[in-house]
Amino acid sequence: MAIDTADQGVALTPRRPLWTRIPVVHQVRQSVGLQRGMLVAGLIIVAIFVLTSIFAPLLAPFGYSQLSDAHGNFGAQKPPSGAHLLGTTVGGYDVLSRVIWGSQTALFVIVVAIVLSIFAGVLLGVVSGYLGGWLDRILVVVCDAIYAFPTLLLAIVMSIVISGGRSNLVGGVFAAAISITVVFIPQYFRVIRAETVRIKAEAFVESAKVLGASSGRIMFRHILRNATRTLPLIFTLNASEAILTLAGLGFLGFGIEPTSAAEWGYDLNKSISDVTSGIWWTSVFPGLAIVLAVLGMTLVGESLNDLADPRLRTRRRAVGSPPPAPTSDTAPEASTDVVGDLALEVRE
Amino acid sequence: MSSLARGEQAVGITDLTITFATDGGDVRAVDGVTLSVNAGEVLAIVGESGSGKTVTAKSILGLLPETATASGVVLLGQDNVVTVSKARLREIRGTGAAMVFQEPSTALNPVYTVGWQIAEGLHAHGKYTRAEAKAKAIDILEKVGIPDAANRVNYYPHQFSGGQKQRVVIAMALVLDPELIVADEPTTALDVTVQAEILDLLRRLRDEFDTAIVLITHNMGVVADLADRVAVMFEGKVVEEADATSLFENPQHPYTKKLLAAVPYLGSGTVRTQERAAERALTTSEPLVVAKDLVIEYPGRLGRKGFRAVNSVSFEIGAREVLGLVGESGSGKTTIGRAIGGLTKITGGSLTVLGQEMLGVHERRFRPLRRDIGFVFQDPATSFNPLLTIAECVAEPLIVHGKSPNARAARSRVNELLEAVQLPRAFGDRFPHELSGGQRQRASLARALALQPKLLIADEPTSALDVSVQAKVLELFAELQKEFGFAALFISHDLAVVDILADRIAVLYQGRLVEEGTGAEVLGAPQHPYTKRLLASLPVPNPAEQALRREELRLLRSEE
Repeated sequence: MAIDTADQGVALTPRRPLWTRIPVVHQVRQSVGLQRGMLVAGLIIVAIFVLTSIFAPLLAPFGYSQLSDAHGNFGAQKPPSGAHLLGTTVGGYDVLSRVIWGSQTALFVIVVAIVLSIFAGVLLGVVSGYLGGWLDRILVVVCDAIYAFPTLLLAIVMSIVISGGRSNLVGGVFAAAISITVVFIPQYFRVIRAETVRIKAEAFVESAKVLGASSGRIMFRHILRNATRTLPLIFTLNASEAILTLAGLGFLGFGIEPTSAAEWGYDLNKSISDVTSGIWWTSVFPGLAIVLAVLGMTLVGESLNDLADPRLRTRRRAVGSPPPAPTSDTAPEASTDVVGDLALEVRE
Repeated sequence: MSSLARGEQAVGITDLTITFATDGGDVRAVDGVTLSVNAGEVLAIVGESGSGKTVTAKSILGLLPETATASGVVLLGQDNVVTVSKARLREIRGTGAAMVFQEPSTALNPVYTVGWQIAEGLHAHGKYTRAEAKAKAIDILEKVGIPDAANRVNYYPHQFSGGQKQRVVIAMALVLDPELIVADEPTTALDVTVQAEILDLLRRLRDEFDTAIVLITHNMGVVADLADRVAVMFEGKVVEEADATSLFENPQHPYTKKLLAAVPYLGSGTVRTQERAAERALTTSEPLVVAKDLVIEYPGRLGRKGFRAVNSVSFEIGAREVLGLVGESGSGKTTIGRAIGGLTKITGGSLTVLGQEMLGVHERRFRPLRRDIGFVFQDPATSFNPLLTIAECVAEPLIVHGKSPNARAARSRVNELLEAVQLPRAFGDRFPHELSGGQRQRASLARALALQPKLLIADEPTSALDVSVQAKVLELFAELQKEFGFAALFISHDLAVVDILADRIAVLYQGRLVEEGTGAEVLGAPQHPYTKRLLASLPVPNPAEQALRREELRLLRSEE
């Protein structure tokens, strides 16, 4: 920090343009090398996944429950051909169409599961972490108890309780989503609570307290936004877990009936017997779809995680060229304080 | 002990340039630095945070982070550290040069005994049996002044006090007889009385073992106490290099002059205090804060006795009066400040703040009183919500106490406040991290003064700031106090800082108030032995005077 001139000084880097401060865009610009590669690859896969699910009605050659067209029945277990690019399943559905429509179900489940769990989890986490006391203890014990359950078993139980045998699209998706939600709420709760407990001890919360701010104001104006910094990360990692849980449910036979929606896990389940008889196309493509969707989400999540941590973040190596010479006594402050710079990044 | 004869060059740095890759582009932290240190000599590198002094010193041991690129020559013995291979670098570390870190409690591994940690350095550089290594560890611990070393070699770090831990860290650095020791702010984390002991130890290393020492510090008093030569760094460049006496007596570079002028001196506050006392005598009123036999205990773990942080302390703060509270870490000074601000519950005695008894008070009863209490925190970096602009932060007390509906409506008042603390209005639209430490602490003052409080509690408001910035903030504080006329509790570990501002000074020692009086009384004629020792331990930025004071301290210690 420069002596007195800088203390009075005004010169600082101008605010970056708005579009570069949008969460993911900012990270892409910030990253270099392998980290950028991972992030961009993840983003591309996720983009393909999302676009496929949005434009499924246009992309898919047939409906997800379509068994026949003008030329008659598709026929079961037909190998890939001109009429059916990826072949047909044992039930006589078109594999390509099922895979494309399946992305829509997966996205639907992710969105519903995360919307349902994020609000409850974050709210409970902030309140429980800030207020502490018996409420905090009870909530932590409950969440620990849910953690102790095998998640898939819990999801199965929940899906039986919630759907009660119905298997239309909305019912099935919500059954899966809510059962996933039950598992996710403790995760959000834990992360937000830990952050809140940490932030609670920060000087700016105490300074709000000595100003006489009410608990509600401290929680929602001072703590909440600071505690949600890690959310994009859990968000992406949970999204991939949501797909896996849905696929797992489907694979075990608790999924959505083929007549209500396409679902990768269900298709995998039905293709088990095909594998031994050399019919590969019924299992490979839904499986590949699951792997790719999860991989994309995980790549994005892990990259965001690394980029959020200045110790893990790689930077373009200094080339030894001098930074632009300070034009006045007021300028150097921003450039000299390296440690400060890092600290700022953390806070961003 | 060092293999070099006194006067031979231990390390030579020539045209060292270090560039960091950061998110904001490349940053040149060290720019063409040329320095050398001889055996039996202490070179002090001084400068403010960000001046590149630590990076320069770390480059001697090749301890640069991956993001850094270095060019130039750092000649340690026959090796150029900048270009040497990693294997050779490992050999040099410990034998050629060793490092003493700032924070002794984090530099030691808590799960191993200190003997084991000292032996670790030995094993890395040669074959020793367990008994040999232990004998050597005991030997070196004795040399750095750990009593009963044969026994305590088996102790864990937490069983030592802060000063002793720093001694152990120095022992670890010494065990391989390095030609050079790099000490990075070795006393910053320690109390003044302990600091004096560690400085004595470092001086002995130089005199008895002919070790070359590179001392990095921002404390000019420490420099005057220990250094033979001083290099002043500013923005990555060495702006002045001279032997200690001539630097202090006749600084050449304007930056050095500024730096020296900003160092607070003891005894500078007496005149001002008398003026203010005369002013205050005209208006008599009830004291704002009255503590009587105040006791604050932190609850212990199950079955254990609680920790008594404040023990039977009595004092008063009158209107428009500044009480300086001095003490070392753990003396309970911050606890008292927090108790007055209603952040810590008191457990015994009586504490009356603005007429409200604090023993067993409920937050709801106390909240209305908070508008009359301002609080300035130690670390300006963390005391602002990083997601709100400065204007929003300063407006917060106005909104909370219903003086204005939202931050926008409060803006004109916020602008006034920012101007009162000498910050440009435009700073209101910045985020806290876009301000420097001194600017943030000004904004913090503005926020504390927003409701024109009767009482301001300042908890070490300048200890996180560089010395030149500290001088400005203190000046501002004094001006504001005069203008707004608030009473203040000014908490600090630095006697010289308290002396500048406080009307009366109270000295805390292990939770008890050992001495209280005006600056002239406490600093001029201290009664309690602890106050005497505290005063004598405070190094003054003048090598000749400091040498005399060192003798006084030695006498004082031998008396005890």
